[in-house]
Amino acid sequence: MKYSNTRATLAIAKASFRSILRSPSAVVFSLAFPLIFILVFANIGGGGMSIEVGVAKGCDTLNPVYKALAQNKIVRLIKTQTADEMNKNLAKGSIDAIINVGPFVPMKPIDMSVQYSHASGDKGAVLKSALNNIFYRIQSEQLSRIKAYSGIKLPDAVNLKETIVTGREYKYIDFILPGQLGFSLLSSGVFGTAFVFISLRLTLVIKRFFATPVKRYSIVLGEAIARIVFSLLGALFIIMVGHYAFGFTLIHGVVTVLNMLVLCAIGLIIFMGFGFTISGIAKNESTVPPLSNIITLPQFLLSGTFFSITAFPTWLQYVSNVLPLTHLNNAMRKVAFEGAGLGDVTHQLFILLIWGIGIYAVAVKTFKWE
Amino acid sequence: MANKPIITVKNLVKNYGDFQAVKGISFEVYEGEIFGLLGPNGAGKTTTLEIIETLRDKTSGEVTVDGFDIETDADSIKKRIGVQLQAAGYYPNLNLAELIVLFSGLYGIDKSPTEMLEKVALTDKAKAKYKELSGGQKQRFSIATTLINNPRIIFLDEPTTGLDPQARRNLWDLIREIRDAGTTVVITTHYMDEAEVLCDRVAFVDGGHIIGIDTPDHFIDQLVATGFERAKQTKGANLEDVFINLTGKEWRES
Repeated sequence: MKYSNTRATLAIAKASFRSILRSPSAVVFSLAFPLIFILVFANIGGGGMSIEVGVAKGCDTLNPVYKALAQNKIVRLIKTQTADEMNKNLAKGSIDAIINVGPFVPMKPIDMSVQYSHASGDKGAVLKSALNNIFYRIQSEQLSRIKAYSGIKLPDAVNLKETIVTGREYKYIDFILPGQLGFSLLSSGVFGTAFVFISLRLTLVIKRFFATPVKRYSIVLGEAIARIVFSLLGALFIIMVGHYAFGFTLIHGVVTVLNMLVLCAIGLIIFMGFGFTISGIAKNESTVPPLSNIITLPQFLLSGTFFSITAFPTWLQYVSNVLPLTHLNNAMRKVAFEGAGLGDVTHQLFILLIWGIGIYAVAVKTFKWE
Repeated sequence: MANKPIITVKNLVKNYGDFQAVKGISFEVYEGEIFGLLGPNGAGKTTTLEIIETLRDKTSGEVTVDGFDIETDADSIKKRIGVQLQAAGYYPNLNLAELIVLFSGLYGIDKSPTEMLEKVALTDKAKAKYKELSGGQKQRFSIATTLINNPRIIFLDEPTTGLDPQARRNLWDLIREIRDAGTTVVITTHYMDEAEVLCDRVAFVDGGHIIGIDTPDHFIDQLVATGFERAKQTKGANLEDVFINLTGKEWRES
């Protein structure tokens, strides 16, 4: 019977896949962590802005300013706290402003005081602009009444036309899910690969393999196939949970999912290159986590996993734009949300390709069999 | 025994940088025998074995295994030998049956796990993980993996180190069965009593040289003929015989 390298490769892939499924850390990192992050961030991210406004004791609640504020969706009026509590909370920034409005008397200005706080950042300015808007409407009403009596025509300062374009709602899940997928692939590719190869090397499993007719490439390929299959199944699971439980947008349905899985595979292969390199550099299993963290943590923080990199200062964005995970995340978001095909993300794929060539060149130099 | 050589080693040299671990070793292993490589730690036993097993490159010399040259026909040799490494582990998280399936794939051979585990009396451990086995069971499982490809020769590197007397005897029986089924066995050990009862021939290795090669009986007779006498006269039995007599021959699993 002729010896089959394919059969040997598949035997290793099958063994490795079984082993990964039974390894708690692989399942936790690839599935549990991303899902927990998605659960947490999908729930806190959806609320939008809210401004907490304390209502002082004795504030008149029948005047038009108060009524208008009460109808404003951004503003939450707080009436349950004592004056003392309110002042303390204002100083801490957990209340953004305290208002006190006097009663409405026709033909007289309404008395009103507002206390803002340095502690609450931009929210004071938002409230100020909301109040100005209310004042303008009250003033305009008075003005039109005067105009009606006097017959004097005053030109409007602005002729405002507002239209709203109908578009897809970009939900936070649409941002967070691709980022979590990317991170799951990164940790599986780097930690998983590095741990497996260093432990197979140190426990002489690879040496024992070499006493059989198996080829070296079969060992690497078999391990890679197992990890890719596991990670793609994990990615599919995360996408499905995201889609059905959190309304993650998949523009072209199945086609989008398939495109995303192709991107996942490309990303994983590149990240595995880091894993191979680390398994070669590390002396033993305990040096794997610090080395892996050097690779994964900066990308976790700087590659737009949790928030857009446009929020960073410009110099930091340069750093972000060098990292492979940034481009994987960007490509994934384009595919998922904008409905791009793989042909539309060639720029991202090109940068990933350069990373791939670079890291495998290093991996080939550093990888150790024994 | 026809004394037909199955392994031939001629002037084998292995250098690690400036250090010469094996300094021109020559010997032959005959088909169907249990051949022991004996010697202190660092004598070059494992290095020699690993070169024959095609796991390590030689510096110079000639080695043929079952008619194949290790330099040009390593793949043919790998298909014909079974190797048990000193202190080797097995693929993590898999049970014994799954490990046998894996090795069958690596050798490209169809073997049922039950058949292989039966040979080493481990069928009831088919679902157990390697690390959950006792020392003796681990060694027997290792030997099962060396038999998957119906090898012509198996290499066992210190298979009985750390085993209790019962497990050791049990393993000797297994090794003899393998020899009796026609497989040549090359073994290293630190226990001379073991080599004496188990090996058909032994070679003493020290400092990278072979300093003697013969049957255990011959070696002992030669030494006695020089007038050698033990400081303490041996009795008809030793303490290990007492141990086995008191605790029974049957093997303990724990």
